[in-house]
Amino acid sequence: MEIKWVSKSILLVMLLTCITFNNITNVLAQDINPTDDEVNAISKQLYCPVCESIPLDACGTQACIQWRDTIRSKLSNGWSEEEIKQYFSDQYGIRVLAEPPADGFNTLLWYLPPSLFLIGALLVTRLLSNTKNKLHVQHETISNIDNANHYVERIEHDLKKWQ
Amino acid sequence: MAMSRINPPTLSQSHITVQQRKNRLGQLAVWILLAALLVFVAIKLFQTSLGPVRSGKPPDFTITTFNGQTYTLSDLEGKIIVINFWASWCDPCKAEAEDLEMLWRDYKDKDVLLLGIDYADTEKEALDYLSTWNITYPNGPDVGTTISQSYRIRGVPETYIVAQNGLLAKSFIGPVNYENIEVVLEALLGK
Amino acid sequence: MIVNLGYTALLLALICSLYSIISARVYINNNKIQWVDSSRNAVLAVWFLLTLACLILVYLLTNEHFEIEYVASVSSRAMPWYLKATALWGGQAGSLLFWSWLMSSYTGIMMLRDWSNERDLQPYVITASMLTLAFFVSLNVFVENPFNVLWIDSFGNITSSMMRPDANLMFTPNDGAGLNPLLRHPGMIIHPPMLYLGFVGFVIPYSFAIGALAVGRTDGVWIRATRRWTLIAWLFLSLGLLLGGRWAYDVLGWGGYWGWDPVEIAAFMPWLTGTAFLHSVIIQEKHGMFKRWNMILIILTYALVIFGTFLTRSGVLSSVHAFAQSSIGPLFFIFITVTFTISLLLLFRGWESLASSKTLTSWLSREGMFLLNNLLFMGILVACFWGVIYPLISEIITGQKVTVGPPFYERTTGPQFAALLLLMGIVPLVAWRITTVNRIGHLIWKPTMISLLIPIISIISGIFNFAALLSLWLASLVFCVTIYEFYRGSIARSKSSGNSFFISLWQLISRNRRRYGGYIVHLGIVFMAVGIIGVEMFQTETQGTLAIEERMSLEDYSLVYKDLTEYPENDGRFVTKATLDVYKNNKLIGELEPRRDYYNISQQRMTIPDVYSTLEGDLYVLLIDWKPVGPQQATFKVYLNPLINWIWIGGFLFILGTLVATWPDQRDRHIITNNKSILQPF
Repeated sequence: MEIKWVSKSILLVMLLTCITFNNITNVLAQDINPTDDEVNAISKQLYCPVCESIPLDACGTQACIQWRDTIRSKLSNGWSEEEIKQYFSDQYGIRVLAEPPADGFNTLLWYLPPSLFLIGALLVTRLLSNTKNKLHVQHETISNIDNANHYVERIEHDLKKWQ
Repeated sequence: MAMSRINPPTLSQSHITVQQRKNRLGQLAVWILLAALLVFVAIKLFQTSLGPVRSGKPPDFTITTFNGQTYTLSDLEGKIIVINFWASWCDPCKAEAEDLEMLWRDYKDKDVLLLGIDYADTEKEALDYLSTWNITYPNGPDVGTTISQSYRIRGVPETYIVAQNGLLAKSFIGPVNYENIEVVLEALLGK
Repeated sequence: MIVNLGYTALLLALICSLYSIISARVYINNNKIQWVDSSRNAVLAVWFLLTLACLILVYLLTNEHFEIEYVASVSSRAMPWYLKATALWGGQAGSLLFWSWLMSSYTGIMMLRDWSNERDLQPYVITASMLTLAFFVSLNVFVENPFNVLWIDSFGNITSSMMRPDANLMFTPNDGAGLNPLLRHPGMIIHPPMLYLGFVGFVIPYSFAIGALAVGRTDGVWIRATRRWTLIAWLFLSLGLLLGGRWAYDVLGWGGYWGWDPVEIAAFMPWLTGTAFLHSVIIQEKHGMFKRWNMILIILTYALVIFGTFLTRSGVLSSVHAFAQSSIGPLFFIFITVTFTISLLLLFRGWESLASSKTLTSWLSREGMFLLNNLLFMGILVACFWGVIYPLISEIITGQKVTVGPPFYERTTGPQFAALLLLMGIVPLVAWRITTVNRIGHLIWKPTMISLLIPIISIISGIFNFAALLSLWLASLVFCVTIYEFYRGSIARSKSSGNSFFISLWQLISRNRRRYGGYIVHLGIVFMAVGIIGVEMFQTETQGTLAIEERMSLEDYSLVYKDLTEYPENDGRFVTKATLDVYKNNKLIGELEPRRDYYNISQQRMTIPDVYSTLEGDLYVLLIDWKPVGPQQATFKVYLNPLINWIWIGGFLFILGTLVATWPDQRDRHIITNNKSILQPF
């Protein structure tokens, strides 16, 4: 029972963490005169093919300067962040996006690691259930604590004596 | 995947064979994964080592110019096509811009088509560039950077010359000048 | 000519490596000790020869021998001597040579140890490690020769080779191209050696594992023999990663320390498996479990080292860190195929004999928790590996290039990192074999109560981001539990021995270095986690164009643009430097000078930040060139990186902890001979 409770709460914590980490999104205001910060907020999510693996907001090449100017003019024309990203990905291919959209073949990118992790977790859990079956045989191990615990036991013992 | 095998082998004889079969399947899976990984890496390695397209039939493409005209390479057989990859942010491109325009003016009546392909560029600056250098030959953006990808360009400028028979006659990596192209065109035109 | 001497040394090193493998083979067949001794001598000779080759290359670099292709490509007259010397690892050929030399140092030192207990392993260890070394040396000998000389023919064509082609003259450029400006940073001088030392260090435990598999020894002798090697390799790898982060922060000018760049991840992946390995070997040492798993982990670590090196050096991956296109790819590919196949064959052959003698008794045991720890590390590894390899697969299958950027990695690994923190908080209180929830509850409630203070304080100070609160709480839980462990142990010792608390603490740590060293590492991780949470979740930034005396603000800080100076530096740079006054809450607290360096020869531009640094956070200011910069107006990008310095502080603790765990113990010998657990000091 207790074991279940602990593993459940660990799972819950993991789950909650997953949800929260997934929900960090950017909010962006529209403006007629876009500030550098608004331009940067979008640039951050784009990668120009000229400087691979450097986000657009940190890249100093002339190409990237022009790209950022384009973002600025689109913003001042009232385009939304999504529209701008769509424009760039149509114009230059989806490689300009920091992450490919999760459709078609690219679904694999997003779903493979979590599914592999789940499979791993499943295998490990099976190991646990195998263990549980054997547990009633080995019940004495709980009282007959292994040598390795000796040291911790000793400290425990000392602590009790003095408390 | 290997985690499962931390299981100790069970004691009974029949179980051992089940376990062994499982092991064998697991091993097979690992071999397949490794082989798949190596195949992908090998293909990529091969592609990287290829470098830009140098001969044979050049990759076909369709391009819509800034003026809205459409050109498809395979439809243009019989003409000499000079394909020039450029961008407004590229300094060496500016150095060859004037020569390319001069070539166009000298050869456009001799069944030569000069096609400018604008790589990873922004439209406003690209149009400014074209007007600055008085460029009159057809130019269009490489939408989705697909053309440049199929030609495996390493950067801009790069220039490819396709002969009348539709085969690649010459490719230049880096800037060109009037004479570079002229020599090839004259040879192809049979003078 | 000295160049020929250098190349000859390389060639001889290759021959000696091959000889050491052959004579090890002969020893396996005839068991005559002189053959393995001869093999050992050959290994030592390789170290000597590679040292010579390195020294010659350094000599050529520092003496401006620009007729050497490598020297001309990475060095220039204007560079200070120490940069000229460290240009040894500034390019592909030189860094491969340096890599081989470091590895030969490891193998050399390894040969000097006492082998009497593992004589049967020795020839196989030599074979595995020297095969790897021979491969790297052969890259230098056949493909990337650092001693190639430049030649010019009568048409002015310049080629490079060892021998003078017909009708050619030696060509000596006036000056070299100079080191890539990105690499001209103190962090970059030490970062590659550390990283390489970490990488090649893992070859040693791998070779022992392969030896054990080949001989069929399943008793974990390879783990005991290489425990310290593994820790040292791991320490260097960690240091390399940390310094790399510091370098990125100081030089790359994007406000961060880690960009989830493919090359960074390539270095991070062996660290993940190495860390999992460090934990799971403890289980094997204590209980003879996880034998197969440990083999898998060390083979995987080695494979990731080699594969990562291949990815970054062959031009298969493109990245800021990647080396220039190179032709070493095919050779590398063959080597990878061969070594991975042999390793797997050996592993599968020994599979049955590596079965555990004991079973896992319960989840609620330290073994169970270590298994979870390994699962989480593997989860992170899978996500990282997939992210790195995916663009390649996608391009081949769909023809579409894709970018896999930081959001993917943050989302797929974030939860697992958080779970690792949670585990780190619980595990010290979980006993071996089995424990009960009551017992853990009894031990954990006090530290948990104290740890809740941090999230409560955070809420009071206005932080409502759940992910941040959760991860801060997890970090503080680990901190409290770990400190509590030190406290509990010391108090118990002090009460029973009558010594003072601090003496007891000292004794506690020194009597069980591995355990408490590990805890110190955990504390280091906690501090780093705090720094990472600070930057990842609370980083703010703004950008603006200022005229002189104009002001921009970010949070409590404000900056006033005072001045701009432009001047040439005598090392080939042209510097544009802005001066800004920094105010915090309207009080002048200092001056910052972000600058832009323009390297004339390579025409590269570097944006060097200036940072106002406190424990609370860094104010990180960049002078950027969105618009032309001049005294009239300049554009600045300002980041506020809260808590970032805790990453570096954590790094120091981390290193300290690893050193404590690695430091030789007087009782080690005794313990090894008795083959007993180290955990029995009383």
